[in-house]
Amino acid sequence: MGAVELIKEAAAAWADGQLGGELLRRIRSLSTRQNEYGYDPFGFNREDARVAVAVAQLIHRKYFRTESFGIANVPEGPCLLVANHSGQLPWDGFSVASTLIFDREPPRLVRAMVERYAQTLPFVSYFFARCGQILGTPENCRRLLEAGEAILVFPEGVRGISKPITKRYQLQAFGHGFMRLALEARVPIVPVAIIGAEEHLPAFNVTPLARLLGVPSFPIMPTPPFVPLLPYPAKHRIYFGEAVNFVGDPDDDEDDIAPLVKQVRATVQSMVQVGLKERRHIFW
Amino acid sequence: MGGNGKSLKKVVLTGIAGRLGRLVTQRLHRLGDVRVVGIDRRSFEGRPKDVEHIQVDLRAKKARDVFRPGDVRALIHLGVLHDPRATAEEHHSWNVGGTARLLEYCQLYNVPKVVVLSSANVYGPRPDNPQFLSEDAPLLAGQAFPAIRDLVEVDMLACSFFWKAQSTETVILRPVHILGSVRNAPSNYLRLPAVPTILGFDPMVQVIHELDVVEALVLGLGTGIRGIFNLAGPGEVPLSVILRELGKPILRVPHLVARGLLGALWRTKMTSFPTPELDHIRYVCMVDGRRARDTLGFRPRYSLRETIRAVLRDNA
Repeated sequence: MGAVELIKEAAAAWADGQLGGELLRRIRSLSTRQNEYGYDPFGFNREDARVAVAVAQLIHRKYFRTESFGIANVPEGPCLLVANHSGQLPWDGFSVASTLIFDREPPRLVRAMVERYAQTLPFVSYFFARCGQILGTPENCRRLLEAGEAILVFPEGVRGISKPITKRYQLQAFGHGFMRLALEARVPIVPVAIIGAEEHLPAFNVTPLARLLGVPSFPIMPTPPFVPLLPYPAKHRIYFGEAVNFVGDPDDDEDDIAPLVKQVRATVQSMVQVGLKERRHIFW
Repeated sequence: MGGNGKSLKKVVLTGIAGRLGRLVTQRLHRLGDVRVVGIDRRSFEGRPKDVEHIQVDLRAKKARDVFRPGDVRALIHLGVLHDPRATAEEHHSWNVGGTARLLEYCQLYNVPKVVVLSSANVYGPRPDNPQFLSEDAPLLAGQAFPAIRDLVEVDMLACSFFWKAQSTETVILRPVHILGSVRNAPSNYLRLPAVPTILGFDPMVQVIHELDVVEALVLGLGTGIRGIFNLAGPGEVPLSVILRELGKPILRVPHLVARGLLGALWRTKMTSFPTPELDHIRYVCMVDGRRARDTLGFRPRYSLRETIRAVLRDNA
């Protein structure tokens, strides 16, 4: 029955070889509140995360060759990073998280929010937790902001991640939850534009099927068989905008929250536009 | 009987013959000014001379006689039946009926303090639980697991008593998995020679030392203390870390197989773990202990490591 342990050990050894001293230092300076077993309250463990970070580094540097702009706009204290969502699989979240680990000084652990559904999947459920990702409930966010952490939000939600290639870089409707959180916790919002992720898994929406099944979309991805979920190596570019502090009553009506949300959405959309203009090619 | 009884505070303790009951008795004894009267239908071997034990069912008339003189200063209610083998009616009648009666006596005979030991399990392990549940989270445990509905009902009875009986200070404690010499499901599970877990699941769990629970019960007796308190214990770790700390071989079983196997074992009476309990080793059910820390002044004295190792206590 030691198979799992053996695989884990082999992976850790490989990771240490890949990482080297500088990266190990980076991982060890992530997140602070560890108990005597090295776990933080949400299940993040720096030692367990080593393998994931080593793999992430390869993908970040060699595959997506992610470039970042304005990373100094991410403050030290608690904040909400609000970004455009796309690409069928959350590689956009991956790239933002990687950027904050590999390209920021000091590195920061950003908490992205995982779907409820993921908690019921074997391996996925605890893999995300060990890498510092959390279930997206308002209580969890509140707690983390109180503890001074950074949270990555995709207010487009499923509408964003599942949109077809024909709607690339057109922001879908934003949910309001993130704004209420920001107002309540009095934390700044950092708008983030992710360029490249909208093309890495082109999908077409089969609207009749989606309607039949009662789901928001039914994306079909034309990729080679057996590797259906491997994204294309589109180059990722990530723009961090200036942090904005909003003031207001978090319990206001939808109508009063909407203009603030709109403002953030407009900022992200215009940053996306700028990013697209600056880009010369999808793949490099 | 209680010796020079007059100056001593009379505290009624249900479930006194259980492991936790005995620990509470010892602790109350150390307070010096307390006379313990236990109600438990089990026999109490090795009972100290100055502890009174009334071996009756909670539902029996004789239980009422304990309260009749009107000198009971506090009730500590641990006597919740966890035997998953008992029939549903027996369970319900004992737990809910018994608790309702007890609370009725408390109101009738003006008992100024009631401390009920509930459990954080009343919230229920669920995939969509926030990492830490506060005291006002809904009690959803009964949805997946009907047999635990009783425990939820007992908790709710105590909660409504809290509002109804304003002259009584009601304290409801919801501790996370209690570890130690106690014979409860989590401790028994961790004492298995090889411990099965579910392949691909390793939820964060909270544990608390049995003596820390005893301490919290005593804190609950304090004047002016009332309300519901989660008891979170010294910290949170993945289940696998606990098993590694105890040096247990881990059997990782796919969920479907585990469910089928456990169901079969349960039907043939070879295990005391009902199938829905599997959710406890699959999903989180952790609590926020802030209120107990701030209001009750509760600080766990045992570290995480000491708490985990406590299941090995008294165990040959």
